[in-house]
Amino acid sequence: MSLQNYTVTRTSQAARAAAILGALVLLVLIAAPWWAGRADMRLMGEIFLYLALASLWNLMAGYAGLVSVGQQAFVGFGGYILFALTIFVGLPPIVAIAAAGVLGAIIAVPMAALIFRLRGAYFAIGTWVFAEVFRLSFAQISSLGGGSGSSLPVGIVRSMAASRDGRESLSYWLALGIAVLVIAAVYLFLRSRNGLALTAIRDNELAAGSLGIDIWRTKFVVYVVTAGLTAMVGALIFLQKLRISPDAAFSVNDWTAFVIFIVVIGGIGTIEGPIIGTLIFFALRETLADLGTTYLIVLGLVAIVVMLKAPKGVWSLIRTRFDLQLFPLGYRVQHNDKKAD
Amino acid sequence: MDWLNAVVQGTLLGGLYALFAAGLSLIFGVMRLVNIAHGDLIILAAYLGLTVTTVAGVHPLLALLIVVPAMGLIGYALQRGILNQTLGDDLLPPLLVTFGLSVILQNGLLEIYTADPQKMDAGALEIASFAVGSLTLGVLPVLTFAIAVAVIWGLQWTFYRTALGRAFRAVSDNQDIAQLMGLNRRHIFGLAMALALAVTAIAGILLGIRTSFDPSVGGGRLIFGFEAVIIGGLGNLWGTLAGGVILGVAQTVGAKIDPGWQILAGHIVFLLILAVRPNGLFPRVSG
Amino acid sequence: MRESILNVQGLNAHYGDFQALYGVDLDVAEGEVLAIIGANGAGKTTLMRSITGLLRNGAGQISYRGQDIGGLRADQVASLGVAMVPEGRQLFRSLSVEENLIIGGQVGRKGAWDLAAVQKLFPILKERCHVPATALSGGQQQMVAIGRALMANPDLILFDEISLGLAPIIIKDIYDALPGIIGTGMSAMIVEQDITKALSVSSRVYCLQEGRVSLEGQSATIERADISRAYFGVE
Repeated sequence: MSLQNYTVTRTSQAARAAAILGALVLLVLIAAPWWAGRADMRLMGEIFLYLALASLWNLMAGYAGLVSVGQQAFVGFGGYILFALTIFVGLPPIVAIAAAGVLGAIIAVPMAALIFRLRGAYFAIGTWVFAEVFRLSFAQISSLGGGSGSSLPVGIVRSMAASRDGRESLSYWLALGIAVLVIAAVYLFLRSRNGLALTAIRDNELAAGSLGIDIWRTKFVVYVVTAGLTAMVGALIFLQKLRISPDAAFSVNDWTAFVIFIVVIGGIGTIEGPIIGTLIFFALRETLADLGTTYLIVLGLVAIVVMLKAPKGVWSLIRTRFDLQLFPLGYRVQHNDKKAD
Repeated sequence: MDWLNAVVQGTLLGGLYALFAAGLSLIFGVMRLVNIAHGDLIILAAYLGLTVTTVAGVHPLLALLIVVPAMGLIGYALQRGILNQTLGDDLLPPLLVTFGLSVILQNGLLEIYTADPQKMDAGALEIASFAVGSLTLGVLPVLTFAIAVAVIWGLQWTFYRTALGRAFRAVSDNQDIAQLMGLNRRHIFGLAMALALAVTAIAGILLGIRTSFDPSVGGGRLIFGFEAVIIGGLGNLWGTLAGGVILGVAQTVGAKIDPGWQILAGHIVFLLILAVRPNGLFPRVSG
Repeated sequence: MRESILNVQGLNAHYGDFQALYGVDLDVAEGEVLAIIGANGAGKTTLMRSITGLLRNGAGQISYRGQDIGGLRADQVASLGVAMVPEGRQLFRSLSVEENLIIGGQVGRKGAWDLAAVQKLFPILKERCHVPATALSGGQQQMVAIGRALMANPDLILFDEISLGLAPIIIKDIYDALPGIIGTGMSAMIVEQDITKALSVSSRVYCLQEGRVSLEGQSATIERADISRAYFGVE
């Protein structure tokens, strides 16, 4: 057996096919304002935003081992910063969204310094405490509506685009754009050295540390970057909702429970998982949402059953069955004869 | 004088928080499990108490006689039926399963009892008070604090002076070797959860007498319990009492400054202590 | 021909995908002291864990007093009268010396060994009975571990590498006391890397090498050269 007969590649036939298919789907999605109705576009926009949140939570929990039940802190923070910057500083909404991301990352720095003192489940609850602190603090700011919240002034909404159709298309594209940005960022990060370090840490922290990987720093970077991107998504969410209040901004159910269920059911620790999970979640929601609390109970039950029976989610069931990896992260050894494929 | 009153009221409130925290602390000590649904289980106990008092027409404190064993059974079944399967080296399964449980509990309670705030009626007990110097102490808060001390004393006694407590400590130290001693760890964990939920039942009934509650407030109780545990230091039940007191005092003093600041003040004190003493004030084990 | 108290037939043990034991055949006669020797990684501790039920390998491969115990939980095997002094002592650090001994008797089997008897055997344990068990020296911890196993009044007692990490003088003391501890009637399996010690207290010896039995013989008459070959696997 000679080494010259083998090459190491990062991609596979399935991944290449998926990439082409994905590009086609993306083109179709970009063109949605021309073929989709208003309600459909809103739904798709919501799907993209949840997909972004889920991918980010998955990066933290599934790869960096940072299980947070307090990401709503950044969602709400992003929303409030958007309102503050557009109303008080007069920034254009799109600039405000980007600024919200930056500010979200900045505020995450001291939070990380504190919260990293806790481990495991205590870390998780600690993130929740932070979210509560944010909620209670923002409820004290009367210029932003205090406990009952405020609405986005009409002028700001109008400044985004001339017509209602234009605004809706813009909202839609922004949502699609953020989803693509987040997934691309996560994918590129995981493909990089940092990503490899992260996977090593996830698999065996002790061994990773002994190899010289700076565990604290890697996790810190993930936490801060995720916070910033989550804040951006939050800003966009509330730009579309046109209204913000502390309870809505920092809702555990909306921004954490649903996101966690999406990732768990789809498949934690994979890039494909959140995509599948989001689709399943919305399929369930569209069919069951009329049932209100029953829907949530079903969701909770499904999450528990999946966690106990198929802890790596639906995607892992597919992946192990067909040995698929659509977002190529690993390295494959291929015999040169196959290279021509 | 008003400030002294705030401190005293906060101390007594700390008793209730210590009760919230005791069950949490016990479970973490024995099985390294953090139950995200803990707060919702406190509320479940409150609702069970409500149903018992309404249906049987008894005083809420008497309802303890039914609710405590009932919650104990629920705890045993929950542990053996579901939670035992999540234990292991991976942190995610117990966290996510208990999170799912939390959502199910909240919405289940919402279905059955609606979102209307409820409260149990303890009659004269709620307004009875007595004077100590220039302070007026409510009988209920003092009773709650006394019960908290008794419960913690009881738990300590169980842990350090009984065969069951020995089994708890052994299983928590080394599950494998504990099995060699003839201890069925699934059963032991079930008993630990049963005990924790029995304590939680007491906390829930006392909460339900003291304030109004609805299905959504479980998360807040979990956070208070958690803060009390962290402030006091892991692995130390008396520390948890101290943690509860500190939290209670922080909240009542904060409320004195501005009523809207009550809960926020508690969180801030918690974060401060986390910053300067990350292992808590009286830790016995590290997290 | 004495009855076997323990019969291992074709035992295949796995840790996930990794196979640690391949078709191990072994028996322990009633009242016998059996030595298991082998290099690190040969599978000795895997064998012990399989017998005690800490490692489950499926039914039909291990029987104790004629009863198939392969499918039983470790606590169930313990209640049948099998006790182990684990590798590395593994005392309960939240328990005192006395509590470690008492919990050893948790199975509730009656017999010659109770707290007083163990404390008579190892007087230092009575002196330090309320000290946290892991605060003791290595040799003293080994005494606690042995005492803890004895408290279960087992019919079959397993010693897993009790000389590991101890000073030679302590090892000597423990091995001198061993025949008296095991006494008459109790069966024992002694896992050891120290061949001389193992042979000195046992009547028969098995050698494991890379998961297989490579040698079996009488302790008194077995040839050192044969042991070396079987131990290291060189022809």
